[in-house]
Amino acid sequence: MSLAKRIIPCLDVKDGRVVKGVQFVDIRDAGDPVEIARRYDLEGADEITFLDITATSDNRDTMVHVVEQVAGQVFIPLTVGGGIRTVEDIRRMLNAGADKIGINSAAVFNPKFVKEAAEKFGSQCIVVAIDAKKVSAKNEPDKWEIFTHGGRKPTGIDAIDWAIKMVDYGAGEILLTSMDRDGTKIGFDLELTSAISDAVPVPVIASGGVGKLEHLVAGIKQGKADAVLAASIFHFGEFTVGEAKQHMADAGIEVRL
Amino acid sequence: MTTVAVIDYGMGNLHSVAKAIEHASESLQTNTQVLVTHDHDRILAADHVVLPGVGAIRDCMGEINRLGVDKIVHQVIAAGTPFLGVCVGMQALLENSDENDGTECLGIFNGHVHSFASTFKEQSLTDLKIPHMGWNQVKQRIDHPMWHNISDCARFYFVHSYYTQPDDTQLIAATSEYGFEFCVGLARDNVFATQFHPEKSQHAGLQLYANFLSWNGKL
Repeated sequence: MSLAKRIIPCLDVKDGRVVKGVQFVDIRDAGDPVEIARRYDLEGADEITFLDITATSDNRDTMVHVVEQVAGQVFIPLTVGGGIRTVEDIRRMLNAGADKIGINSAAVFNPKFVKEAAEKFGSQCIVVAIDAKKVSAKNEPDKWEIFTHGGRKPTGIDAIDWAIKMVDYGAGEILLTSMDRDGTKIGFDLELTSAISDAVPVPVIASGGVGKLEHLVAGIKQGKADAVLAASIFHFGEFTVGEAKQHMADAGIEVRL
Repeated sequence: MTTVAVIDYGMGNLHSVAKAIEHASESLQTNTQVLVTHDHDRILAADHVVLPGVGAIRDCMGEINRLGVDKIVHQVIAAGTPFLGVCVGMQALLENSDENDGTECLGIFNGHVHSFASTFKEQSLTDLKIPHMGWNQVKQRIDHPMWHNISDCARFYFVHSYYTQPDDTQLIAATSEYGFEFCVGLARDNVFATQFHPEKSQHAGLQLYANFLSWNGKL
């Protein structure tokens, strides 16, 4: 009897539609977010994450509306990230029905924003999203750097140091995405995931690279993640969330079935 | 018409609590009005009262006291109204909490709120993450109308870094394990409280709210 590892389907939402790109470009349409969220809930998703990748602030209202609709029908935790820059952005999403808020670029530009947000709303609802890319050469010790703007801009900040700092500032959870792996379907960056998980006392969600169900198992067992996040394997009907959970259970991982 | 008051003291996401109660009410095909309020008269007049809560306990208690909700909670509980405390709303029912360097709470139940961090340290548990976040199994320790149609050891969603320890272990309605076994449900007369979030616990959680709406506060 203990805490289950979580499976979190992620919906990248652009202008009110679910999309999925490969390494943040080449975007494909994958459907209506409310309909997809309901399906994942029925299939047994432990949480659902929405990443708003809408470029303009005009269309942010669309995202608020999506969250409101989902929250009225789906009774599992909902995380919303993407373009969250102010305390007011957070409040709007929480009022719309989000439980946790993902902060990414804004944390890099202004780390104190994380502190302010955690003090105001509690660490339990502040997830710091880290986009990391390996920057060490083959013969060097592993080193990852954080990137902003959907993986396009390097920051010079070491990913492990950054994760530790963000937890210090009040992050209650880390959503860790490997930019090298995102959309590639070759599996999580397990070294990165376990390095971050070992470094911080809060739960870590592994993200970026899931193509097979074995990858989810590896993320938990070798990556030491507390939760695994995937998008495209679920959107395009390759696997259901239920199949993913059954596969993890068969591999000896405790899940909610 | 049944009225449910969800006590609003300005902390956290009450939308999901209200929505879940409305959803549970539809499943029961009852006519329920959910009021998210800190108005004393409306809370006192309600048929059922929920004290939710997220965030830090000192901020929660600060607002509860500032709004005079502390006295109202004591009154509705004394009046026999079915009462449900959720998460920090459960912790607030104890005497005090270790959080924020010690915070006085409502004292509905004798006992204290402790931190996982210090207990893990005492017990040399090093590899467990804090907060305790996710779906854990809930072991039912007593028979109670609130457990109707919910299987023993069903999973509910948790997110918290502190846990309650009532003096009287007879009042423990449920326990979970996270490094050690701890109290996640309290029950006495017309009061029931859960550390987990029923509003985020899918079928089992909605069933618990449905049970709350059907419960007259008696055992």
